[in-house]
Formats: sequence, C-alpha cells, structure tokens
Amino acid sequence: MLTQMMLQRLMDHDRGGWVFLAVLLAIGILVPVANLLVPADSFFHIPTYTVTLLGKYLCYALLAISLDLVWGYCGILSLGHGAFFALGGYAMGMYLMRQIGTRGVYGDPELPDFMVFLNWDSLPWYWYGFDQFWFAALMVMIVPGVLAFLFGWLAFRSRVSGVYLSIMTQALTYALMLAFFRNELGFGGNNGLTDFKDILGASLQSDVTRVVLFVCSVVALALGYLVCRFIVTSKLGRVVTAVRDAEARTRFIGYRVEHYQVWIFTVSAVIAGIAGALYVPQVGIINPSEFQPLNSIELVVWVALGGRATLYGAALGAGLVNYIKTVLTGALPEVWLFVLGALFVIVTVALPRGVIGIWRQLRMRGNHG
Amino acid sequence: MINLKTLVVLAVVVITSASTAAFGDDFDSAVNELNTRSFDDKLEAASRLATMDHERVDVVLQALIDGKLYKKKGDDTVVVVVSLEGGGYQLTDAASGEDLGKVGRRGAKKISVNNKLRRQLKGLFASRQLNVDDPDARIAAVQAIINAGDVSLREILLERREVEPVEDVQDAIDVAIVVFDLDSKDQAIKLAAIKASAYNLDSNVRVKLTAIVSDQSLDQQLRDAAISSLANIEELVERYQWIETLFFGLSLGSILVLAAIGLSITFGVMGVINMAHGELIMLGAYTTYVVQTLFPYALEYSLLIAIPAAFIVSGLVGIAIERGVIRFLYGRPLETLLATFGVSLILQQAVRSIFSPLNRAVATPEWMSGSLEIVQGLSITYNRLYIFFFALLVFAALLTILQRTRLGLEVRAVTQNRAMAQAMGIRNTRVDILTFGLGAGIAGVAGVALSQLTNVGPNLGQGYIVDSFMVVVFGGVGNLWGTLVAGLSLGVVNKVLEPAAGAVVAKILVLIFIILFIQKRPRGLFPQKGRAVES
Repeated sequence: MLTQMMLQRLMDHDRGGWVFLAVLLAIGILVPVANLLVPADSFFHIPTYTVTLLGKYLCYALLAISLDLVWGYCGILSLGHGAFFALGGYAMGMYLMRQIGTRGVYGDPELPDFMVFLNWDSLPWYWYGFDQFWFAALMVMIVPGVLAFLFGWLAFRSRVSGVYLSIMTQALTYALMLAFFRNELGFGGNNGLTDFKDILGASLQSDVTRVVLFVCSVVALALGYLVCRFIVTSKLGRVVTAVRDAEARTRFIGYRVEHYQVWIFTVSAVIAGIAGALYVPQVGIINPSEFQPLNSIELVVWVALGGRATLYGAALGAGLVNYIKTVLTGALPEVWLFVLGALFVIVTVALPRGVIGIWRQLRMRGNHG
Repeated sequence: MINLKTLVVLAVVVITSASTAAFGDDFDSAVNELNTRSFDDKLEAASRLATMDHERVDVVLQALIDGKLYKKKGDDTVVVVVSLEGGGYQLTDAASGEDLGKVGRRGAKKISVNNKLRRQLKGLFASRQLNVDDPDARIAAVQAIINAGDVSLREILLERREVEPVEDVQDAIDVAIVVFDLDSKDQAIKLAAIKASAYNLDSNVRVKLTAIVSDQSLDQQLRDAAISSLANIEELVERYQWIETLFFGLSLGSILVLAAIGLSITFGVMGVINMAHGELIMLGAYTTYVVQTLFPYALEYSLLIAIPAAFIVSGLVGIAIERGVIRFLYGRPLETLLATFGVSLILQQAVRSIFSPLNRAVATPEWMSGSLEIVQGLSITYNRLYIFFFALLVFAALLTILQRTRLGLEVRAVTQNRAMAQAMGIRNTRVDILTFGLGAGIAGVAGVALSQLTNVGPNLGQGYIVDSFMVVVFGGVGNLWGTLVAGLSLGVVNKVLEPAAGAVVAKILVLIFIILFIQKRPRGLFPQKGRAVES
C-alpha cells in the first residue's frame, strides 16, 4: 500500500519514466534468461560477453543519471563526475584486490602484488578493512560523498558557479588522475587494480556471477532512478530547480542556496560512486585513466544527447553514445573522435533538449495537428 | 778562414744529423722499452716518449691506453694491433708504422696495463694535447690531467699557463693547479690552495676538499680551512641554484603566459569559454613543423616564418570556430564550453589522421640552441631565454592593440556594453570575429614557442588548457596584467615547490592553492571594478 502510494507520487505525470522502468524490468528478466537458460546454439541466446557489455552500459546510465541530477536539475555542470565514479570503483577494486589473497603472482596473503613488487613491508593504513565487503561497500559511498561534500562546501559557499565551477571540477579530476598515477600513493599507479579473482566467494569468471552483477546493475539503475525522481519531485527538488533557474532570486527569498547545492552535489557523487563500484567487477580493472578529464566530459555529452532534466533521457543518452562508441571503435577507430566531437557541437547548437526533446516536440506537433 | 767556416758549418751539420739519428733511435728504444713486465718501467718509457716530438708518439700512447699495443711472438717487435673478425690480428709496427701482415690469436701478446698506469698514461697523453690548436681539446686535456692526478704534470701545466691565450683554458689550468696543490705534501702550499679554492665551483676541487675534511691524519688548521672553504662553496652553489630555480620558474611562467594570454582575450575579454584553445596552440606548433618541412634549407629563419604563419593558421581556424559554432551560443557559457570541447576533439583527431599520432620533431635553429654561461656554474639555455622575452613582447603587443588602437577601443566598448556599442555604430559581428581571431592567432604563436621546448604531438594542447584557465582565473578575468603576473608567479611557485615535492605533487599543490585562492578572492588577483562586473 505504502509502496504503491510512493510509486504513485514518484511516477505521476512521468510516462517516460514508466516506459524506462518497464524496459529495465524487461531486460532484467529477459537477458539473464536468454543467457543462462536458452541453449548456446539458439538464436535467442545472449553470450556472457554481451551481458557484461550491457551491464557496463547500465553502470554508465546510472552515472549519467547522477550527472543529470546536478546538471539538469541544479544547473551545476560538473566536468569531474568521472572522478567520483572512479573513486567508487577504486573502493570496490580494493576489496576485490584483498580477495585475491595467496592466489597472486607473489602469493602474499596480505599484500597485493604491486605492493610486493614495490617492496612494501606492510599494508598502508588506508587499505585496512577493505577485506570486509560491508566496509568496502560503505566506502564506495562515503569516499566520493565526502570528497564531493568538501569540494562543494568550499566551492558553493564562496558562490563559485557556472563555468568557473566546471573548470574547477575538471581540475579536480585532473589532479586526482596525476595523484593516482603515482606508485607512492599505494593504488597500483599506472596499472591500477586488476587481476581480480572473486567477489563474496563467487568467481568473477563464472556466467552466473556475471548475470548476478548484471541484475544488480539493473536494480541499482532502477533504484537510482527512483531516488533521483524522489528528490526532484520533493519540495527540496523544487527549490533546487529554482536555484537552477534563478539563483539570486532564490537566495533573496530566503533559501540558503549553497546548502541545497552541496547536498545535491553530494548525493549525486554517491550515486556516481555506486555506479563505479558496479562497473569495476564487470570490466575487471580500474586504473587512473578513469580519472581522465575526457571521460568526465564525454559523460556530459551522454546527458546532453539524451536530454537534460529528464533522468531517463540521460540513461538513454549513455546507452546510445556508448553503443555508437563500441561499434565505431571496433570498426573505424579513427572516426570515433570525429563523431564524438560532432555530437558535442550538434547537440549544443541544434538539439538543446536532446533526443527526448525531439520526441516530445514531434508528439506536441501530432497533438496539435 | 773560408775553410774554417766550412768546417764549422760541416760540423754543425754532422752534429745535427747525428742528434736527429740519435733522436730517432731514442724513440725506437723507448717504444721497445714499453715491452717490460714492470709497470714502473713502462711508465718511465712512456714518460720519455711523451716528451718526444715524433709523429707516432700519439699513436703508440693511445694504443697502449686502449690495450691495443702488443708484442709480436718471436722477434718481440712492439706492434699496434687491430682485432680481426673470427680471431687473429692485423699488425702494424709501432715504431715505424710499417704493415706487418696478419697473425693468428696466439701470434701476438698484449702489453698489459693496470688501472693506475692507464690513468697516468692518460695524463701523459693529455699533456701532449695541451699544445693543440683547438681550445676545447686543450680544456679536455687539462681535465684528463686532473683525472690522472700525476703531480709531475703540474710543471707542464704551469708552463702552458704562461703562454695560454684563451681565458677559458687559463681558468681550467688554474683549477687543475689548485687541485694539484690541494694534494701537495707541503703544508703551506696546501693551506694556500685550500684558501684559494673558496668559491671555486669545480667538482674536482670539492672532492679534494671533502677528502681533506674527512682525513683525520691532517693538521687541524688545514681541516678547518677546508671546512670553511667548503661552506663558502656550498653557499655559492645554493645561491646559484636559487637563481636557476627562479629562472626556470620564470621560463615556465612565460610559457603559461603565452598559452593563457590568447585565452585572456577570448575568455577574459569576450567571455567565451574556448576549450579548443589548447588545440589552437597545437596547430601553431604543427605549423612550425610544416614550415620546417617545406623549407628545409632555411632552418635558421624557419621560426621567423612560422610565427606569422601560425598566427594566420590558428587565427583563421579560430574565426571558423567563432562563425560556425560560438556565434550561436553567445550568452550560454556552458553550451559554449561543450561545443568548443567537441571542436577540440575534432581538431585533435584531424591532426592525428593527417600527421600520424606520433610526435613530430621540430628542429631548433642554431641561434637558439646552446646556453649562455653567466658565471661558472650558472648558465641558462638560450631557447628559454628567448621564449621569455618573446612572451613579454607578445604581451606588450597585445596590450598596445587593446589600449592604443581603434580595434582595441571597439573591443573594450563591446565588452562593456554590447547594445550600447552597437547603438554607437560599432559593428559587433566584425569586432567579435576580429577579437576571436586575435586571441586564436596568439594561441598559434604560443604554439611556435612551445614547439621549441616540448614534443609536438596531437595532445600538446590538452596539457595547457586547464593551466591556461587557471592562470586567467587567478589573474582576474579580463585583465591582461593579471594574466602576466599570475602566469609568471604560478610558474615560479611551481618550480620552487618542485625540488621539495616532486613535479606531480607540485602541480597538484598549485591546483589546490588556486582552488583555495578562488575561495578567498573569487574574481582573481586583479578584479575588474565597476558596473561591468555584475553583467
């Protein structure tokens, strides 16, 4: 009863959201069935590789939703959201590293391979606790959240906004990339964390684990969507939207604008961290290149292409762009950057509301005509 | 009388020829004496050789040093060998240079040399080199004598010092004599040398002084003097290092200024976020490469051609970006940022497709290579020096354009109030095009300068975009002086932090510093005042 009421409130006047959740439910059921139950020689069989690829897209979609929350609804264009994604990924990667145990190349029960290689005697303090899944899962949310809170608190309190904020977030992820490239930091330097064996005792190579991770991603995306939807339909969400449209006016009415901004920025970073944590066990590696400013900016184009301030548009954009990327980098690697660059230009100049915007426009025209 | 005269002449002739003959014999015998077991005897023979004026002395000594001097089995002739492929040797008579044919591996035996002897031989060899014409070779010879550490060569150095015309060689010899005197057994000479070596930056001197300080058997007075001399040297070195760091910082700063100054026009004055700015710099660098490839014979002047060429290329691309993309997005900074970022990706990939993703080598002209030695131990490279002044020049030119020309006036008018400027009859569109072209062109010029310092590759610009924005924001948007001060000071801060923290950490610290700085002063070092601020 209560859930029904909640859903009613969240999904009221959100036909696109219903479609989105329905599609998620469908692939959440069909893909595992097609992978595990349909025989391998059947036309309807989906190979595990594709399942993992789809899982990757779902993580990207969750990341895109988290960016849409701050950019679409609060007008904060973060060019460093990839940093929160990567931090969540590193937290999960640390747990997976500790799970390797004696199966590493050097067979050290305590230290990951790269630390043995660097002649470290003992585990650095910040690696403590990561052998426990609950601790790592907590860190997946806490580390990006705390960083976003500190950064946001510093930035929004002194009313840094607009382009300045964008460039500072880019500098943030750039600085983190430089730091994580260093071996001394204790996160594997250049190579990052990889060679994972299992998660919660289940082998990462097995089909069942992969499918479970896929289903987790589906659930996380659906929950992420609902949480964001809950935020933007709440009273707080209204204030946040007001901040986007007229920051000064909202402040004069009496709202502490910076509190709302910090809050939504932090929540968004936590969601991005969760997306990263789901991403790492599926792709099997996390390294500093995830912090590249380019990744974060690419993420912005997903949201812009899909359509800002719709949430499901962001997810759609993430899927679309990444599908194009997968196809093009395989077939015509030279062309991919041209296409990506052109996407940026076309979306901003010609399609300010993205794909969803076109669709809505067509429907409006249909209704009138 | 005549007879007597003839007799004298004859006698002189006979004596001279006899002495020549004796001299030749002497050479031969000295060469033969090299063939002994005792290293001392070898040294003695080699020392005698070194004083002779025979054309083959250098060959023989060099062969002995290199371990190529052998004795032939059977008649014990001293020979110079060349190892043949597949074993065996090609022999040359050491004394006469006569070809003695080939022998097998066992046909000749090496005249062995130990490390000590080899060092001494090198000193002997070097003392001969002291008289060659090339001053650089003479300096190298002096260095070799210092390394040999043979006190007997001190006299030779002193003799040479009397007649040496070149100042650099004189200095080198002085250092060598101080080094020998530091080893002297005579307390007085040693003490004088220690005192004389204060502020002497030669590494040999420092090594000797350190040895004296740690030698317990020496007189306390000597050691104290050495300690104070060493302290003086350290002080001087430290001072030079500071000057050098400062210079490197200013050099880095001038690069930042060059990279950021075009941005301070487009971003600072026009308010357009151009993420493709770094790629415009890269295009300038590639223009330099193309100019050098097109005119391989005019390498010396290539930079002078490249500067206007890069200005035009980058300027035109900039204008194309303005007309094709930015024009539609005025007043929407975030969209401008994204669209220009897309343009930057396209430009990067275009360069990668045309020139290959590998770095291209851009040559440095003769007049920009090498370094300027201010005093011993302190030198700065010409390319950095030129680029520093070039940055100042570009800055001055830009300032003049903005403050003293019609265009500058119009640009400032449009910046302050677009509608009012238009009402006054200023053509906004034209001003936009020209301003953006100017900023972009200057980015291209920066690229020419950068091509002299770093690798020219498709990612060249990427590394500078964040830094450039930082400089502009730090200096205060719309303020050229702010950009200059911010760029230079960030460069210096970066280089001062670098030795203590390492390059990467220094960079991160600077980034954090700027982020915190913007907290305190969100409008930069030199904020704009007046009504334009709030718009």
